[in-house]
Amino acid sequence: MIPADPIDSGDPMAGSVPISSDARTTRGAPLAPRAVAVINAEHLTLRFGAFTAVDDVSFHLDRGELFGFLGPNGSGKTTIIRALCGLIPLTSGNATILGMDVRQHAADIKRHVGYMSQKFGLYEDLTVQENLNFYAAAYGLSASAASARIEELLALTSLQPYFTRRVAQLSGGWKQRLALACAIIHSPEVVFLDEPTAGIDPVARRSLWDLFFQLSGQGVTFFVTTHYMDEAERCGRLGYIYMSKLIALGTVADLQQLPDANPPGTSRLEIEAPQVSVLLAQLRQFPGVREATIFGRAIHALVATDSIDALRTAFPQLSVRTIQPSLEDIFVTLTLHIMGERK
Amino acid sequence: MTTTTQLNSRRPRRTFGLRPVARKEFTHILRDPSTLFFALLIPIIQLFLFGYAVDTNVRQIPTVIYDESHTQQSRSLIQAFAASDIFHISSYVQSEPALYATMRSGKAQVAIRIPYDYARSLQRGTTASVLVLVDGSDSSVAGIAVNASTGVALEQSLSRIPGVISQPIEVRPSVLYNPSTRSANFFIPGLIAILLQTMIILLIALSLVRERERGTLEQLTMTPIAPLGLMLGKMIPYGVLAFSELCLILAIMRFIFQVPIHGSVFMLLLMSLPFLLTVLGVGLFISTRAHTQAEAFQLSMGTILPSVFLSGYIFQISTMPAFFRGISYLIPTTYYIQIIRGIVLRGSAFSDLWVNALVLTLMGAGAILLAARAFVRQGAA
Repeated sequence: MIPADPIDSGDPMAGSVPISSDARTTRGAPLAPRAVAVINAEHLTLRFGAFTAVDDVSFHLDRGELFGFLGPNGSGKTTIIRALCGLIPLTSGNATILGMDVRQHAADIKRHVGYMSQKFGLYEDLTVQENLNFYAAAYGLSASAASARIEELLALTSLQPYFTRRVAQLSGGWKQRLALACAIIHSPEVVFLDEPTAGIDPVARRSLWDLFFQLSGQGVTFFVTTHYMDEAERCGRLGYIYMSKLIALGTVADLQQLPDANPPGTSRLEIEAPQVSVLLAQLRQFPGVREATIFGRAIHALVATDSIDALRTAFPQLSVRTIQPSLEDIFVTLTLHIMGERK
Repeated sequence: MTTTTQLNSRRPRRTFGLRPVARKEFTHILRDPSTLFFALLIPIIQLFLFGYAVDTNVRQIPTVIYDESHTQQSRSLIQAFAASDIFHISSYVQSEPALYATMRSGKAQVAIRIPYDYARSLQRGTTASVLVLVDGSDSSVAGIAVNASTGVALEQSLSRIPGVISQPIEVRPSVLYNPSTRSANFFIPGLIAILLQTMIILLIALSLVRERERGTLEQLTMTPIAPLGLMLGKMIPYGVLAFSELCLILAIMRFIFQVPIHGSVFMLLLMSLPFLLTVLGVGLFISTRAHTQAEAFQLSMGTILPSVFLSGYIFQISTMPAFFRGISYLIPTTYYIQIIRGIVLRGSAFSDLWVNALVLTLMGAGAILLAARAFVRQGAA
């Protein structure tokens, strides 16, 4: 079920705010009609002095989508999140969230958007209960709405046994769950997660992602930044930002078909070898090999198609087969491509 | 509890978030009893240390005598010096080098040399000169020693004029408001202002910078809590803490240091509120400038020296150069020291001090608004 929006209940002012009337309707009905994107960014540009942090970025997210946003550190991921939450003024372009313009309705947007970062945003000296209560009050939930919602979140995150414990005593994984519970205490329709799983173990990571999927199934839209390729592969759609520009956008399958990820006249090969590190050095010297990197006991290489026969002749003992590029392959190829263009 | 109506109104109230932040901040304070204990205790320890140590009344200056005359007259002059409370005859020497050596070693701060012809000059009716050497390294001691020795000489001279029974003119000073001129009465009220200020600025600045360091401030900027609501919510618990500390310190001043409060205690507490507001605002403003707790600590400490030296706490504002006098009127402590000294020492009323309270209120409101604005700008950066 869609979590009840406590902000709406018994509110005589509901619908009187014209800008949000199309996005926010009565309880139970879809929060945003399919036609209206939940997040809509058009030619988003942010400059700080001479530095362009975000350069002409456009994308849109539908309701319930789980969108993965990737890119090196400092490429503009967090800046985009802050701009979409109305914390940084746009230099140019337009952005709306649930139909609300980020320039004019930053305060309204905050009530419909959840945010969680790798820094947790939790008060370590307070208990789980006190943290939840504080964020409930910070979003203006009434006492009864807050206690109902906290019950719901405890069930969702399994935090019940730790309810009266201080946050400082929790492990990273439980802190992360609590941070998520605090971020969605006001039942937001949109949740921004800024590297939510940095530094936690794979089991905790997986169970956190299970929570994201559960919520996204309930219609919550997720915008997630990450450096983990396995997490990126779980996302419905992906965006890759490099040097402030959005250079790829689409599903994993879309990205695998990108011309820039598969330069014409090249093939993506997987080469199995007994001693991959020795082979890697040899391959990188071999004419026609553009990229080569080790994946376990094999090497992934981007090779000029007309050099494949020469490669097979030079290393007759190796098993060589053509593969689809992995996400990492795609991003590395795209990045090298842009770097090559700049030179 | 904030109602849902306010929540969805188009313009959320600027102070939204005040209650939850204040409640959370109270929990932080109570959760950490040791910090609370030291926050309350350290000003009290300092009050005891400085309250007893600071005594600017100069008495019993160690004095060395080199009497070459050895006559009835010279002994009578030495008696006159010894009789005043200012000088304490600590030693006699028999040579000039010994006289200077005693001064140089610091064993005496005043040296008196009575020449061998002292009695003869007096009898002949010519001017008898007595050398008085004063150690100028402590300026207040030196000034008082010079004045007192002149006074002794004048009195001795007049008594030698035949026919004069009493002094032609006698000045009878009468000290109002602090009749015993106890320096504790003068310094402790000022010390209270300094101690309160240091404690509050530091506590509130650290509290906000801690949130910045731990990333909870970033999370707060994503909630609908208004910057002003956050600021005021932080101020309330620390304001309550500061007010309790003020009451405690005033009680210690009154009952342990025996400094009488001549004015209304209620008025004193009431007129302390604008000062608390101002220092809370200054603390918040500092926290918007500092990125780490260490920076916040240094900036807070930076406010102490100007408010000790330029607020009239130690040096009279009226004797300062014009430039520093101008600065002293920009320091909130200046206004509060006038309030607290006025009420404690002179029994001043509201009508005497309302301008000070008004200036402090305006300064406080200004500091809070500046802090909130700086906070909004940083949220954007």
